[in-house]
Amino acid sequence: MQAQKFEVKGIKNGVLVEVKDGDWQTQEEAVLQHIDHNQGFFEGARLVVDVGNRALKSPELASLRNALSDREIKLWAVLSTSLVTEQASQDLGLAIKVDQSLSEPEKDSINSLLEGDEAVFLKRTLRSGHKVKHPGHIVVLGDVNPGAELVAGGNIIVWGKLRGVVHAGAMGDTEAVVCSLDLSPTQLRIADKISISPPRKGKARPEIAQLEDGQVTARDWSKFTKK
Amino acid sequence: MSAKVLTITSGKGGVGKTTATANIGAALAKRGQKVACIDADIGLRNLDVVMGLENRIVYDLVDAVEGRCRLNQAMIKDKYIPGLYLIPSAQTRDKTAVSPSDMIRLCNGLRSDLDWILIDSPAGIERGFKNAIAPADEVLVITNPEVSAVRDADRIIGIVEAEEKGSPRLLLNRLDPEMVKQNNMLSADDVVDLLAIHLLGIIPEDKAVLISTNKGTPIALDEKSLAGQAYRNIAQRLLGEDVPLLDLDKGSGFFKRISSVFGSGEKQHG
Repeated sequence: MQAQKFEVKGIKNGVLVEVKDGDWQTQEEAVLQHIDHNQGFFEGARLVVDVGNRALKSPELASLRNALSDREIKLWAVLSTSLVTEQASQDLGLAIKVDQSLSEPEKDSINSLLEGDEAVFLKRTLRSGHKVKHPGHIVVLGDVNPGAELVAGGNIIVWGKLRGVVHAGAMGDTEAVVCSLDLSPTQLRIADKISISPPRKGKARPEIAQLEDGQVTARDWSKFTKK
Repeated sequence: MSAKVLTITSGKGGVGKTTATANIGAALAKRGQKVACIDADIGLRNLDVVMGLENRIVYDLVDAVEGRCRLNQAMIKDKYIPGLYLIPSAQTRDKTAVSPSDMIRLCNGLRSDLDWILIDSPAGIERGFKNAIAPADEVLVITNPEVSAVRDADRIIGIVEAEEKGSPRLLLNRLDPEMVKQNNMLSADDVVDLLAIHLLGIIPEDKAVLISTNKGTPIALDEKSLAGQAYRNIAQRLLGEDVPLLDLDKGSGFFKRISSVFGSGEKQHG
């Protein structure tokens, strides 16, 4: 990947985009482009943008807000250490502080290797109509019923029956995998590949699905670990 | 006395909410409980028809909510069972005539005189459904052993849990043991496995139910009907009595008996 212009993280009630230093126009364009490429992931999201120490005025923030709302995304908050930016976001009725609890768990853990490896853990049955989106991984302890939907930037692991729609690597990661004790999703997507479950013979066994030669392939978990 | 508010809902239409409300109400009242059944399906009322009380309606739910009558004037006494009442819905208005807080107020006004308030929810997940579950102390989700009905039940359970009403209990209606045996219908196990909530009762498919709802006499009063027996068992379980669920697979079980009744009946016709 090219030099990172920004970073995307999942936080408690929305998605946080941390914009790195550099010309605002270019950076803003890069963020919007990224969003356009990952529409499925961002659509309907509440977005928090951290602009660092940039001093941005109301018109710049308003144009960002409008560009986002054209894409069905709500600009929820703008975080900044600049007083000018804070004032401008308040003028526009945007929040300037949010609960970033999910995005910062490894702040003190010194291990930079963990970066980008956040996961949400759900211990419950996900029922029809539930939709969970997370830029990192999703781990479910329970069943994912038909009509429920999981969208993850990373991997999806369901310790239970997977019968809903899942999308791993939703931001284009072709290495993403989907694992389940009973892999019978309505639809399984990895990166931009879409597949449906073939009928199963015999009893359900733990399986792992990943892309092999551009095709979604599910294997018995025991065979996968032997490799 | 402080009544328990029980809302019966399903998501999908036509799975038996109204029939279940009328029969659970009748079975509870038959055991000496004081019960009011409220039809929350404003604009499409039919609990009054199933209970056979259509011709006695003077005031309805919307009249009571809007203060055109006293609460007890909207309560219609049942023909057969003392202690059973109906609050019918309005036929000429729509769901927006009543708000969730109206329903909570109405139920709170009734609680002191009753043991049970049963609310018959409309199908769907919109305003009418929200009205019906707002005052609920407990929710009963009713479904059929049919993929689309189970899917809607799953969605409803998710919404009820999100509203922090606690985990609802399940009624499985119209199960045909013969069809299950031939692998042509979802079994009770299949449904419970997917929905993962407590099963309160199974009501077998029974033609007598249709006849009784058309006549406006509850099947729960028919001592010979198996569906009636199922409703009486459900009422007992609601009263905290421990009535075992009857097992389809066990040789000596209740459903074995039904299936043989069905079997011989079909042979006679064929």
